[in-house]
Amino acid sequence: MTRGPDRQAERAPTTQTTTVACLEGVTKVYPMGVTEVRALAGVSVSFEAGSSGAIMGPSGSGKSTMLNLLGCLDRPTSGRYLLEGQDVAELNDNALSEFRLRHLGFVFQSFNLIPQLTVRENIELPLYYLDWDADESAGRAEEMAERVGLADRLGHRPAELSGGEQQRVAVARALAANPSILLADEPTGNLDSVTSRQLMSLLSELNAQGKTVIMVTHEAELAKYAQHRLHMRDGVIDRIDEAAA
Amino acid sequence: MRRIRLLRNIRLGIKTLMLHKLRSFLTMLGVVFGVGSVVAMLAVGEGASKEALEQIRKLGSTNIIITSIKPAEEESSGARSPFSMLMYGLLYDDERRAREAFDTIERTVPVKIVRQEGRLGERTLELRVMGTTANWFDLVRRRLIAGRTLRPRDGERRASAVVLTEYGARRLLATERTIGQSLRVGGAYYEVVGIVQSESGQGGAIQTPDQNIDAYIPIEVARERYGDYVTEVSAGSLLRESVELHQLIIEVDAIENVEPVAAGLERMLKTYHSKSDYRISVPLALLRQAEATKRTFNVVLGSIAGISLLVGGIGIMNIMLASVTERTREIGIRRAIGAKRRQIISQFLIETVVLSTAGGLIGVTIGLLIPWLIARFAGMPTVVTGYSLVLALGVSTSVGIVFGLYPARHAANLDPIEALRHE
Repeated sequence: MTRGPDRQAERAPTTQTTTVACLEGVTKVYPMGVTEVRALAGVSVSFEAGSSGAIMGPSGSGKSTMLNLLGCLDRPTSGRYLLEGQDVAELNDNALSEFRLRHLGFVFQSFNLIPQLTVRENIELPLYYLDWDADESAGRAEEMAERVGLADRLGHRPAELSGGEQQRVAVARALAANPSILLADEPTGNLDSVTSRQLMSLLSELNAQGKTVIMVTHEAELAKYAQHRLHMRDGVIDRIDEAAA
Repeated sequence: MRRIRLLRNIRLGIKTLMLHKLRSFLTMLGVVFGVGSVVAMLAVGEGASKEALEQIRKLGSTNIIITSIKPAEEESSGARSPFSMLMYGLLYDDERRAREAFDTIERTVPVKIVRQEGRLGERTLELRVMGTTANWFDLVRRRLIAGRTLRPRDGERRASAVVLTEYGARRLLATERTIGQSLRVGGAYYEVVGIVQSESGQGGAIQTPDQNIDAYIPIEVARERYGDYVTEVSAGSLLRESVELHQLIIEVDAIENVEPVAAGLERMLKTYHSKSDYRISVPLALLRQAEATKRTFNVVLGSIAGISLLVGGIGIMNIMLASVTERTREIGIRRAIGAKRRQIISQFLIETVVLSTAGGLIGVTIGLLIPWLIARFAGMPTVVTGYSLVLALGVSTSVGIVFGLYPARHAANLDPIEALRHE
């Protein structure tokens, strides 16, 4: 894990694994009427496969922008973002969508399940866009539901589930297409402390099994689960804490 | 694979629409009524024009009918001596000249009309006695009910043979057994040789050459017995008229020759007739006219239908736009997961097309029901043509595509980040 506002990102000497996501001097500027808002002012950071990171910072520090960029929902104004070796900044909307579909899984604060679909259909959603056939995706959905401990809820609608259960469905959905990176935006923001801990242990487990997990949170309690804690301030990475191993 | 996917998308679309059954139904309503009224109106229009065309076709599309008419100026002139004779109308020579002048004329049928009272046993009926030839029955095709029609030999032998119409026969209480009996017409007796179906004559602008009170006899007999003079005694004056032929039906060999021959006949008659005492009617021209009227009618109907479908389409678009706004978050989620723009477009487009096509199907059902009810209870003929159904369904589906495209594109172009934040 390296950092530095203007330096080229470089790999820490201790790292043996491959880099899955790498930001190099990334800036993001939003036009705001006549003025511009610099949400990111030159960020360089890289994540190795199987690592976990927590992005922290006060609101307006640029952590959401960073997550959107990491999640291929947005493109940097300048700089490079290499995801699985591909410079995402050059991709068009279609290719970005394809990247999200194959390499990224999202878990949101407000769960963001589609209310009219059942748990099964929600989990199957990425597979639907991947053109999997019905039998295969049904099998995969059951497997994922099993993984998050909701095998008996497949036929329910999101509204019939508790918050913790809904978030676990969201995790199952994020995992369905077997992406390399799981992005979580305040995943426990709408959960009580007990279910928060359950969700965090689920994410830790997934991380232990080799998924790269990057999470935005402002709770230091949760950030403790991550190996790297990126503290952001005014659009740059202020400092990086490494978890006591 | 693509087909399975499309089916899946359609199923999903239907499922989503079924979540708001009432709203979906109300959204469809515009298209339902649009399509329903198109199909129904076309069926009624088609029925009416088919009836008109049928009537014109009965006149024979290769026929030209020339009728003698009393010239208007003669009738109104008061300075006529009470004993003067009014001579007008078609001449025997006109028939001959026509036949000689045009080799595209296949047959000519002269008709001489005399009003006489017919009597069979106890019953009497005012008849329109038509002195004509055997060819009449070939040119004015009517169904033979009993016996036979006139034959060329009847004319040669000056046979006192008469063919009655079904109506006349019924009025005179003539039956199949009547064939061979004697019918008294004026002062002479005729043998009833046959009974034919007739056109009632009433029913619109088109005057058929036959009427239901006709009695057909050989023209040679009519000429001999009744001559060319008609004397009418009316209050204070004696009206004497001389008409050689009352009607001339000309059959042309081919459809494309009908109009040139009609024009030629017009010129020819103008040369020999100083007064305009004839009228040429060309069923083919009437047919063309009727078809043109029908086309106009269809254009008008089409415009009305177009407007109603437009309104229906706008209704659908309106609801779909509302639906896109309502489901902004869903769109954001789908985009974040990895749905491409065109997949979002197809999702919403399919929903719109499902709506409009379902509306079209319901509309067609209504459109089939209304003509059936009209035919049953109002007695108007209606014809539902296959093409109107295909057209209505095709148009309603296209309405879905056209009016669905904008909301769908709108949905697809939403910024995923913004959409996810939408409450």
